[in-house]
Amino acid sequence: MTGVNRLPAPAGSLIDRSRTRTFRFEGRPVDGFAGDTIASALAANDVWVLSRSFKYRRPRGALTMAGQDANALVQLPGRPNVPADVEPVADGLDVRGQNYDGSLMRDRGAWIGRLRRFLPVGFYYKAFYKPRGAWRLWAPLIRRRAGLGRVDAAAPRGRFDKAYLFCDVLAVGGGPAGMSAALAAAEAGAEVILVDENPVLGGALNYARFDAAGAAAARERRRLVDAVAARDGIEAMTDTIANGWFADNFVALIRGNRMFKVRAKEVVLATGAMEQPLVFRNNDLPRVMMGSAAQRLIRLYGVRPGTRAVVATANDDGYGVALDLADAGVRVAAVADLRPEPGGGGMAAAAEARGIRIETGHTVSSAIPGAGGRSVRGAVLSRIEGRGVCRGGETVDCDLVCMSVGYAPAAQLACHDGGRLAMDEGTATFVPRDLPAHGRAAGSVNGTHALDAVLAEGARAGWRAAAALGLDAGAGPAVPEAGGADDRNHDWPLFPHDDGKDFVDFDEDLQVRDILNACADGFDDIELAKRYTTVGMGPSQGRHSALNALRLVHRATGRPLADAAPTTVRPPYAAETFGVLAGRHFEPVRHTPMHHRHLEAGARMMVAGDWLRPSFYGAPHDRERRVLEEVRAVRGGVGMLDVSTLGGIEVRGPDAAEFLDRMYTFTYARQPVGRGRYLMMCDETGVIVDDGVTCRFHERHFYVTTTSSGASSVYREMLWWNAQWRLAVDISDVTGAYAAISLAGPWARKVLDPLTDGIELSLAAFPYMAVRTGRVAGIPARLLRIGFVGELGFELHVPASQGEALWDALMSAGEPCGIRPFGLEAQRVLRLEKGHIIIGQDTDDLTYPAEADMTWAISRKKPFFVGGRANRVHESRPLRRKLVGFAIRDPEAPVPEECHLTLRGNDIAGRVTSVARSEALGCVVGLAYVAPEQAVTGATFPIKVGPRRFLEAEVAPLPFYDPDNRRQEM
Amino acid sequence: MPLGLLKYGLRRRYPARRDVPVATGLKPSYDVVVIGGGGHGLAAAYYLARDHGIADVAVLEKGYLAGGNTARNTAIVRSNYLTPEGVRFYDESIRLFRNLSNELDYNILYSERGHLTLAHTDAALRTSRWRAEVNKHLGVESELIGLDEIARVCPPLNLSGAARYPILGALYHRPGAIARHDAVAWGYAANAARLGVEIHQRTEVTGVLREGGRVTGLETTRGAVSCGKVLQAVAGHSSVMAAAAGFKLPIRTVPLQACVSQPLKPFLDPIVVSGSLHVYVSQSDRGELVMGGPVDPYTLYSTRSTLDFKEGLMGHMLELFPFLSEARLLRQWAGLADMTPDFSPVMGLTPIENYYVDSGWGTWGFKATPVAGKRMAETIATGRVPDVLQPFRLDRFDTFEQVGERGAGSVGH
Repeated sequence: MTGVNRLPAPAGSLIDRSRTRTFRFEGRPVDGFAGDTIASALAANDVWVLSRSFKYRRPRGALTMAGQDANALVQLPGRPNVPADVEPVADGLDVRGQNYDGSLMRDRGAWIGRLRRFLPVGFYYKAFYKPRGAWRLWAPLIRRRAGLGRVDAAAPRGRFDKAYLFCDVLAVGGGPAGMSAALAAAEAGAEVILVDENPVLGGALNYARFDAAGAAAARERRRLVDAVAARDGIEAMTDTIANGWFADNFVALIRGNRMFKVRAKEVVLATGAMEQPLVFRNNDLPRVMMGSAAQRLIRLYGVRPGTRAVVATANDDGYGVALDLADAGVRVAAVADLRPEPGGGGMAAAAEARGIRIETGHTVSSAIPGAGGRSVRGAVLSRIEGRGVCRGGETVDCDLVCMSVGYAPAAQLACHDGGRLAMDEGTATFVPRDLPAHGRAAGSVNGTHALDAVLAEGARAGWRAAAALGLDAGAGPAVPEAGGADDRNHDWPLFPHDDGKDFVDFDEDLQVRDILNACADGFDDIELAKRYTTVGMGPSQGRHSALNALRLVHRATGRPLADAAPTTVRPPYAAETFGVLAGRHFEPVRHTPMHHRHLEAGARMMVAGDWLRPSFYGAPHDRERRVLEEVRAVRGGVGMLDVSTLGGIEVRGPDAAEFLDRMYTFTYARQPVGRGRYLMMCDETGVIVDDGVTCRFHERHFYVTTTSSGASSVYREMLWWNAQWRLAVDISDVTGAYAAISLAGPWARKVLDPLTDGIELSLAAFPYMAVRTGRVAGIPARLLRIGFVGELGFELHVPASQGEALWDALMSAGEPCGIRPFGLEAQRVLRLEKGHIIIGQDTDDLTYPAEADMTWAISRKKPFFVGGRANRVHESRPLRRKLVGFAIRDPEAPVPEECHLTLRGNDIAGRVTSVARSEALGCVVGLAYVAPEQAVTGATFPIKVGPRRFLEAEVAPLPFYDPDNRRQEM
Repeated sequence: MPLGLLKYGLRRRYPARRDVPVATGLKPSYDVVVIGGGGHGLAAAYYLARDHGIADVAVLEKGYLAGGNTARNTAIVRSNYLTPEGVRFYDESIRLFRNLSNELDYNILYSERGHLTLAHTDAALRTSRWRAEVNKHLGVESELIGLDEIARVCPPLNLSGAARYPILGALYHRPGAIARHDAVAWGYAANAARLGVEIHQRTEVTGVLREGGRVTGLETTRGAVSCGKVLQAVAGHSSVMAAAAGFKLPIRTVPLQACVSQPLKPFLDPIVVSGSLHVYVSQSDRGELVMGGPVDPYTLYSTRSTLDFKEGLMGHMLELFPFLSEARLLRQWAGLADMTPDFSPVMGLTPIENYYVDSGWGTWGFKATPVAGKRMAETIATGRVPDVLQPFRLDRFDTFEQVGERGAGSVGH
C-alpha cells in the first residue's frame, strides 16, 4: 500500500515512488517511499498522531513538517526525541510515539488533562510542600511524568567524527537568497560553501507558492539550482545543518554523524523564516498545522493533508496555501482572513476566482476535536471585533486547519555570537540586529519576502561578502529597493478562549491564561515570565512561542512592544546529539618506552595523569605478596623502576643558576658542576607545589627533574615567570625525550658496573648526589647518584628511543643478582620507610614548608624566590599543624587508611597522609599531620579509624629506615 | 491533588499572588541598600527584615530579578567539603534549605537525590576518603564507596575497567540535593517584599559615594540614593564593584558554561560528578540532563557560549554514559565565576566602613544562598562577623590563612 492520502506526481518532489520502504509505527507495519520522512509516510497512510504532549498528554501531530517542533518527536530504538518530520524512513525502522502509558491512541496518563484548571501556571511552586516533608512524597510522583523520549542503557555508543573546513564565504540556507548570494560571491572569485538542512537546494521554492499560476517557484528554482551546479567555486552541502555560529565565524555544520567545523571569512545568513501559529482554542490538535506544513506535505512528499480544509490567514501566502490545497484535491471550505480586506495579492484574487469561500475580518476561534482529541472535525469561524476579540461563530466541517498568519526570522544563528532579535512594529515581527562582524543577512530572515526582492538582496549580500574579502567584485548589483513595511505578519494573531486550550507554547502546554497569570503573579518581564511559565524552554526553544508570549506580556503590562526583545537565544540552533559533539573523542594515553616490557612482565598498570605506570607485577589477587617481594628485592638485592614519567626540563644559558634561584627555594649559584641538588618549588602563597632534583652538567646547563604529575605545570610556570623576568635562559621540556630507570638496592653498583665504560662508580669517584654523563650499555646516558627509596641507587636517563634497550641490558646484567622490576606500590612503601614525602600526597593545597618540616630546603640568603615573602609571613605566625612520622607498635592493631583523621581532643588535628606495614621496621609506619604540640617524638596521638574507634600512634623520628643514611651512601 | 491547588480550579478569577512586587520609584534614602538582586542579595534582605527588624531596605538589580548567576547555575546543593570551616558553613546552608519551602511558603522543589563524586585515580580516591572522614566527623553524611555500591546507587554508570579512566570508587553524599534555583530567589523576594523590602529591577549601581572611609550612598542609573549600610552581592562582577567602592578583591572572573539536554524519561537519580573527567550532571524534574564542566581557561566578562566546551564535555559524558550518544543537547549558556585562590568565598567586612561584601562565589554560590543571606544579614545588623563567617574574611589573604577547598571543588578546575 502506498498510502490512501498519496497524491500523483508531480507532487512529491523528494520521494522516489519506485522504492518502497517498510517500517513499523507503534508495532504496525507502514509503507512509505524512499525520500519520505517518518511523518510524511504516516500522513500518507492517514496516521496523524505522532506523540503526546509534555504536560497534559494531548495527542499531537506535525505542526511544521520542518523539524522545528516538539509535537513531532518520536522514539526510535536507543534514540529518543527524533524529529519524525525530518527523519528519513528506512526499512525495518521501529518507530514509536513518546510520552504515553499504554498505547499512543489511548494514553492511560491522559487524565492529567482533565485537571488542567487545578494546575495553574507554576503550580508546583504553590503546593506539594505542606505539611513539612510532603515534597519528599510528591516529588517522585511528579518526576515519574517527566521527560519525553527514553534512553536505553544497553544502546551502543554510535560512531561519529569531525572534520574541518575553510572557505571565503559560507552561505547558510539554500533557498533563493542563499543561492543568489553564493552565486554572486562565487562569480567574484570567492570559494563558497552553501549549506542547507534539507535534502535538496531550493528552500521555500520547493514547497511554497509565489504566484497565482503556481509556476514561478519551480522556474526560479531550476534556474538557480542549475546555475549553482554549473558554477565553479560553490560547494553545496545539503542535509547539513548550520547549528552554531561561534566567535570569529567558527560555524558548526552537522551532516548525519559528522560535524564540520568551518572557519569562514564571511558569512551570509539566508536561513529564511519560520511560520508562526494562530492562537485559538484547540489549536494544538493533530492536523491543525502551519500552511507551509500542508504545502510541504503536498509538494515534497505527495501527501494530501486532508479532505476538507479551513485556512486561517492574514496574508497572501495563505491564499497560496488554499490554492495548493485546492490543486491537491482538498476541498477548501473557507479561508478566514484576519484582515478587514484581503489585501491586494494576486493569489487572493485567484482563490476568489476559484470560488473559494473567503471570510474577511474573521478568524478561526476554535477547532472542534474529533474522538479523543486525535483529530479535527470542524472549525469555528468568528468575526473579529477587536484586538484578540471575536464573537459568535459558525462551525464549518473540516479535517484540516491551516495557519498562515505571519513569520518570525530564523535568525537564531546570528544570536549565538552577539547578534540579537528586536521587535519591529512596522512588520510586527522580530528582526535580526547587531550581526557578528563579517556576517550579513539576506532574504526572509531579514524580513524580505517578495521573491524578486529576496533574489536581489541575496545577490547583493554575496557581492558585499566578496568585496569585503578584497575580491574584484565589480560594481555590484543595485541596492534592493526598500519594500516598505511588509504586511504579511498579523500583529495580534491571538484569540484567547474562556475555557483555555488556546496554546501559546505547544512544547510546554502553555495557554494564554498561563502567560497572563504569570504576569499577575509579578513575573511580567519576559525573562521572568519565561522562567516562571517555562515558555520557550522546550525542545523547540520558543520558535513558535517567543513572539506571541512577548506580545502577551507586553499587553498585560501596558508596555509598548516597540522596545521589546525576546529572551536570549543560545546555541545550538537545533538539538544536536551528544555523539556528534563528542566525535571520536580522543583521550590521549602516554606510554613510556618500556611499556611493553612491563606488560610482558605481568604488570598491573595504573593511571597516572596521562601516563600508565606499573603498580606492581603479578596477578591482582596476589597483590600484597608481590608488593612485599618487590620491596624485599630492593632492600636485599636490586630492583628497577621505570621513572620515565618524571618531568625533565633543560635550563641553559648564562642566567640558568639565577633562574633556578628564583624558581626554587634552595640556592643553585654555587652548585658544583657534576653535582645534583634537591629542588623544592612553592607557589606565591608559599605552598609547596613540586620537588625534584637538579643536575648541573655545565656552568650554564642544568637538567631539572619534576614530579610526574607536575611536569607540565612546572614547565608552564617557568615560562610564565620568565616572560616577566626576561633572564637569559632557554627552557625546554624534554620529558618525553628521555626514558629513565631508577636502579636501586645494595647490588645496584654490581649490576651497573659491567655496563658502564669509562665511568668510575666507586663511592669515592661517584659519591652520593653526584651526576655524570657517559655510556651505559653503549647508550648515551645521564647518571644520577640519587635515591628515593633509601638504598644505593642510580637514576639513568637515556634517549627515549633507547629506553627499552637499557631496560633489557639492565635486566640481563642483573639476572645473576636476582634483579626484578618494582612498581609504584613498592616504591611508596620504600620511600615511606625512608621518610621521603610525595608532593600532593603528603602535602595538600595549603602545605607550606614549615608544616612539612622542610625549612631545611629554604635558603635564607637569597633576596627572592617564588613564595619567599609568603613563607616569611607563614613563619612569623604560629604553626597550625605539622607533618610527623609515626609508628604503631601494636602488632595486632589494624593498619589505618590514608586520610583517616588525627585528633586533638575532639578537634580535627590533621590526617594520615601515608601509611604502610613495614617489614624492615617490624611495625606500621606512616606520615600524618598533627597539632604542633603533639609533634614531639615519643608522644602519642589518636587516629580515628571508625565511628568512636581510635588507634594510638606514636610520633617517631624520620627517617624510620637507616637513619644514618649508610645504605644510600655506601 | 493538594488542597492548595483547589482554589485555582474553583475560583472564576485567577487568585494572583504578587510574588515580584510592583515597581516603584526609588526613595532618596534607605537604611540598607543591597547591590545585586540575585539569590544571595534577596536572602540577605529577607533575613534583615525578618530577623533584625530592618525593613527599610532596597535591593538594586541591574537586570531582571535573579537573572545573573542565580539563573544560570546548575542548582546543586551539598556540604561534602574538605575543610571543617567549609563543611560547617555549607551544612548550615543545607539545614536552612531543608525547611525553606515551608518557611517561605514557596515550593523550591528541594530534592535530596544523593551526590556521587567519582574517583578515577588513586589521588582522587584519597581526597574522597579525606572528605568523607572530615564530613563524618562533623556529622555530615558522606562515605567512600566501592564499585558494587556505586552500581546500586547509579546503575547506568559505565563501571567498565576498560574505560580510559576507570572508576575506582566514589564519595557518596546522600544529602546532596537539587533545588529550583529561580524559585529560591523568588521565594526570598516575595517574602522580603511582604516585609517591606523594596526590589528595584533594571537599576544599576554606577558609583559608590564615600565620606572619609565610610560609605554614604550609591549612584545609580535612576539617580543617587543615600544609605546607612551597603551589601555588595554581585557574583560575577565582584571585583569590578569592589573597585568602584575603593578596594581590591583577590578574584579572577572566568566564564563557567553549562548545558541541558532535551527532556528524557528519568533514568538518573543521583547527581554525578567526575573531577578527573570534568563533568557534573543531574537529571531535572522536567527530565532534562543538566550538565556542566570546568571553568573556561581564561578570564572574561562575557557570557558567550563556545563549541569546544560542549565538545569536551560530551566526550566525557559518553565516557560515563556511552548509551547517550543519541541523546540531544538542547541549549548551552554561560555564567561568570568569581574564583578565589582557595576556592572559598570572601564575606564580611571590607576596608570601607559600613560596606559589606558577599563575594568570591566561584562555582559554588547557589548552595550557600540561605546561609550567606542569613549570616550577612546578621553581620550588617550587628556589625559583628559571626564565627561561621570568620574563616572567610577578606584579610585572610594578607596572612595566607586560606580555607583550602580546591580538593572539594565540583570538578578539577
